Amino acid sequence: MTPSDRRYTETHEWVKIEKGLAVVGISDHAQKALGDITFVELPDTDQTVEQDDECGVIESVKAASDIYAPIGGTIVEVNDGLDSTPEIVNEDPYGEGWIFKLANFDKDQFEDLLDAADYEAMNEEEDEE
Amino acid sequence: MNESTPARKTPLYSLHLELGARMAPFGGFDMPIQYDSIINEHHATRRQATLFDTCHMGEFIIEGNGALATLENLVTCPVADLACGACRYGLMCGEDGGTIDDLLIYREADTRYMMVVNAGTQDGDFKWVSDHLAPQTDIRNISEDTGKIDLQGPQSPALLDALMPGVSTGLGYFRFRAAQWQGQPVTVSRTGYTGERGYEIYLAPSQAEPFWREAMRVGAVPAGLGARDTLRLESGLPLYGHELRRDRNAATTALTRAVSPNKPFIGAEALRSPEARHQTLAGLLLHGRQAAREGDILSTVDGAEVGTVTSGSFGPSVGAAIAMAVINRGLAVPDTELLIRTARKPLPCKVVPLPFYTGTARS
Repeated sequence: MTPSDRRYTETHEWVKIEKGLAVVGISDHAQKALGDITFVELPDTDQTVEQDDECGVIESVKAASDIYAPIGGTIVEVNDGLDSTPEIVNEDPYGEGWIFKLANFDKDQFEDLLDAADYEAMNEEEDEE
Repeated sequence: MNESTPARKTPLYSLHLELGARMAPFGGFDMPIQYDSIINEHHATRRQATLFDTCHMGEFIIEGNGALATLENLVTCPVADLACGACRYGLMCGEDGGTIDDLLIYREADTRYMMVVNAGTQDGDFKWVSDHLAPQTDIRNISEDTGKIDLQGPQSPALLDALMPGVSTGLGYFRFRAAQWQGQPVTVSRTGYTGERGYEIYLAPSQAEPFWREAMRVGAVPAGLGARDTLRLESGLPLYGHELRRDRNAATTALTRAVSPNKPFIGAEALRSPEARHQTLAGLLLHGRQAAREGDILSTVDGAEVGTVTSGSFGPSVGAAIAMAVINRGLAVPDTELLIRTARKPLPCKVVPLPFYTGTARS
């Protein structure tokens, strides 16, 4: 099930508002498509990013995929645990596998992202193609 | 592959789908890349025993009084001293020293050999060999009538015993023997492409699916081409189209065991020329988990270009990213620090001896 407590991008990131910060990760659909994740390049903290900026890379045995900022904001925290155990993104993409947190984020951009139902519908359409 | 050519299917295709495999084109065939997880399938091969569908590979019978002369002329390894019941790894090269394919030669009888070649190259290989037959030699392409399953991993002798009692006993490395499974003839060869103890089993295509199911029942785990690639990379084994290419002199790939130093064969002069020795294949250990990829340029720490990555991946048993590269011979010295240029920041690495990981293959 796609959690309905957060919003999603067409590039398969999710954003959840938690304690005043926007927490960002990748969806279950995305981690399945990548396969075994072997490396996550985390963004630098204390940098301000615009929506859709590249701010990281996820590699699996067979593929590499850019991570994009789903909304603008300031990166204040990254999930350092992924340096040594990136497979957490496979195991718990919506929880322990979060990637970074944004402060001073753009709430309007957040509201414009896909909700869980729309995100699921988008993936179903892609699967049919 | 030409897009208008539909991918071929092995006799195990529907079973792969039933097992939930993720399929992708390879060598003209629609092949399983992974069933569950590349890394799990990799570790299952290192620790237990796995099954690989290798029915896509090509098999030719070369037979007659000229069979030995034909093979000695075509392949880089010596053939004359190959005993009946033994097999050997070699390359087939063009006059310019470029690799047409890498292959195994099985001596089945005094004047009968089987050549096992890669899937994507088998049509060209068959024509090349057919065009270079010595007098009194016949060649037959038996690929369509031959299924092949690899059983690999430290537990493979025990599983083979359960499937074909007694067949593994006394079967040495790079030896093979005729056997039977459910009353049908099979050939069992103690070879493989994983670095682990294992067997390649040649059988009728109709036997492939029942054999696979029975092997799973006794404990073998299906594994796909994704794990096959990480396993062979850790073992320092070349892959055709990557390390070995038609447009790269085979001497560059440093397969000294596979290339006779003195016998004549097609391409021998080019392989033995001084120019062919400027570059060589080397192992690279990266300093982190981020992988280099084929085609990435290697440089010295001062920025001078010195080579090209031929294969790269995270190595699950090594625990770090590893790569093979063709580099200037003078730099192929262990502990030499180099940089791999990527689309983003350069990745530091050092030269290490091959293989990256030594499995149970010879034990």
